[in-house]
Amino acid sequence: MNIPVKKIHRALFLVGCFLATGFSGYVNAAATEPAAAAPVSAVAEAEVRKSTSTADHSKFEELKKNFKDGPEVTKACLSCHTEAAKQVHNTKHWTWEFLNPTTKQKLGKKHIVNNFCTSVTSNQAFCASCHVGYGWSDDKFDFTSENNVDCVVCHDTTGKYKKLPGLSGHPNYEMIEWPEHSGKFREPTDLQTIAQNVGKTSRETCGACHFYGGGGDAVKHGDLDSSLKEPKKYLDVHMDAKGLNFSCGKCHISDSHEVSGSRYAPTAVDDNGAVLRGKNDGRNQTTCVACHGNAPHPPGTDAVEKLNSHTNKIACQTCHIPAYARGNKATKMTWDWSTAGQLDENGKRIQRRGSDGNVVYDSKKGDFTFESYVIPEYVWFNGEVKFTLFGEKVDTENVVKINEFQGSADDPDSRIWPVKTFRGKQPYDLGNETLGVFHTAGKDDSAYWTNYDWDKAMAWGMREMGVEYSGEMTFVETEMSWPITHMVAPKEDALSCEQCHTEKGRLQNIGGVYMPGTNNTPTIDWLGYAAALMALIGVLIHGSIRYYMSKRG
Amino acid sequence: MERIYIFKRFERFWHWSQAALIIILMITGFEVHGSYDLLGFKTAVTTHTTAAWTLVWLWIFAIFWHFTTGEWKQYIPTTDKVAAMMRYYLTGIFTDAPHPFKQTRLSKHNPLQRLAYLFVLAVINPLIWTTGWFYLFYNDWKAWGVDFLNLEYVALFHVIAAFMMLIFFIVHIYLATAGHTPTAHIKAMITGWEETED
Repeated sequence: MNIPVKKIHRALFLVGCFLATGFSGYVNAAATEPAAAAPVSAVAEAEVRKSTSTADHSKFEELKKNFKDGPEVTKACLSCHTEAAKQVHNTKHWTWEFLNPTTKQKLGKKHIVNNFCTSVTSNQAFCASCHVGYGWSDDKFDFTSENNVDCVVCHDTTGKYKKLPGLSGHPNYEMIEWPEHSGKFREPTDLQTIAQNVGKTSRETCGACHFYGGGGDAVKHGDLDSSLKEPKKYLDVHMDAKGLNFSCGKCHISDSHEVSGSRYAPTAVDDNGAVLRGKNDGRNQTTCVACHGNAPHPPGTDAVEKLNSHTNKIACQTCHIPAYARGNKATKMTWDWSTAGQLDENGKRIQRRGSDGNVVYDSKKGDFTFESYVIPEYVWFNGEVKFTLFGEKVDTENVVKINEFQGSADDPDSRIWPVKTFRGKQPYDLGNETLGVFHTAGKDDSAYWTNYDWDKAMAWGMREMGVEYSGEMTFVETEMSWPITHMVAPKEDALSCEQCHTEKGRLQNIGGVYMPGTNNTPTIDWLGYAAALMALIGVLIHGSIRYYMSKRG
Repeated sequence: MERIYIFKRFERFWHWSQAALIIILMITGFEVHGSYDLLGFKTAVTTHTTAAWTLVWLWIFAIFWHFTTGEWKQYIPTTDKVAAMMRYYLTGIFTDAPHPFKQTRLSKHNPLQRLAYLFVLAVINPLIWTTGWFYLFYNDWKAWGVDFLNLEYVALFHVIAAFMMLIFFIVHIYLATAGHTPTAHIKAMITGWEETED
């Protein structure tokens, strides 16, 4: 007789849940425009069911209001989460600055010149669409303002929050045409619904910026693109949406809004074993070893033991990420700014697409190439990355290494890492002998994307950097590398021994280490085979004479 | 024609299993070295390692056998009749001249054989085993305090020893046909009974 009673309880519980979610949906619907209400409340319901939070933000009085802009939402957030903005202020996500403790180089998006869109300076209004703040449009931005922190860009769960380029980090509060001149319009951002549905960060929120680095989906990193929103197992064994379903934060553990893991000072070697829960010794926990330990391949045969011992030379990623851009999205491999500015006969911007649909020429940007399923390049890496920063004198004779991974075969703290190396040609100030900074986008006469005039764009950009443009510019070849560490394949797809241990294997250019199977002692081989051949010929001659003599005799 | 029982059962077992293992080690070893692609690198490595360990076990038994039976004395080198043996291989063998060496149970190897096997035992084997051992335990060098070693040189000497073994193998097989009939020695190595001319 117990069973029916339990069933009744369960039914009552489900009815209660339905009423609760239905009610919160009703509140949402009542508070928003009728037209937008239905789909938004459906999203909200789905999220409420998924959330394991003990707080339902839609019940908070502070959030039941029509917010006029982002900072007002933040103010409401901070009324409970009093320390949150102060914490964010200390992070790279806010400062876009990073002081490398080893090299003492001042890095971060605010300072480095890369070989994609090159520089944030003079283009803040556009770049700030990926800043966790509101209103960064020029160098006057107040980095001490708490209300200027953008909480919802990371904590949105509705997928409706978008910071568009050109709005200095704000979402659109009014209906705007987007993309420009497309005839399509974006509704004003429904800040109330978004604020009431905040939650944990997700692949989608992190991805909103990190998947689109370099100006588009998959463009910059190659191992981060929107295919990771709902990846299948083959693409990423950890983020597999139907399997382990890791969020970014599962590995990139955060404390006080400081997210672990860094591309400026990566952890190239971790042999400290799996992290004991609760133990905080300050080490970077965003490593494979932090979960898998020092000997991740289950003990057994010699071959398996050999995999474990390979970790003295090889980063896990080298074998376990056999290729990047595996999500059917091509990543940009080269960018040649020097061909930008070609216009059609009417003086209009040109865009050409390759057979795969990717833009291969754009008047605003120049020529590109794209690739997918890319085999990485491999380098010795000890975690130290040296940058060529703005102002450093470089020449146009050599390829400028925008960053250079340090390490060598002789260094016990170096491992062989897979990297994406991005090659480009970008503006260079001949007089100042330095990488150029130019004003790319803006509603003014100097922006390159307005007038296609390098001198004007350079003059503005260099001035913003505090340097007088020499008046003469050209283009310099550059290289920049990123470690490949996402898109970890299932073990079945890891590299096989033969992919490196062969004459023209993957690591043929790595140098400094003896790799069996690569046939790298040609002199000894030649002597050895010659000696063996002579022995063979000798015995054959001897045998032939014996045979001949015995027949004759 | 006289028949004498030269090779005892364990000795024959040792010879042929060792021969098989050395052939396997050579085939897989040169693949690991990168000379050709046959079994695939991984299979070549695991087979090579397994064969090496098997040979270690075989040797433990063989060493035990040699000392308990006193057969180790068969490898004591001698200069006696070495010149005669060389002359025989260079001329006598073609003209059916009598073999300068009389095989007995106490002295089953001719003087050149003794020298050749001693070279294998004292030069090739120590070189191949030492380098192979360090090669196999490459990852323990640090723990053993020998990380001043360089894998490239260890591998290089291992390969040099392997080439010497290959040359020994070629000549050894050929000389196995140099009995009073081409198959006499081979038969003896299988049955244990050698037919010698009196």
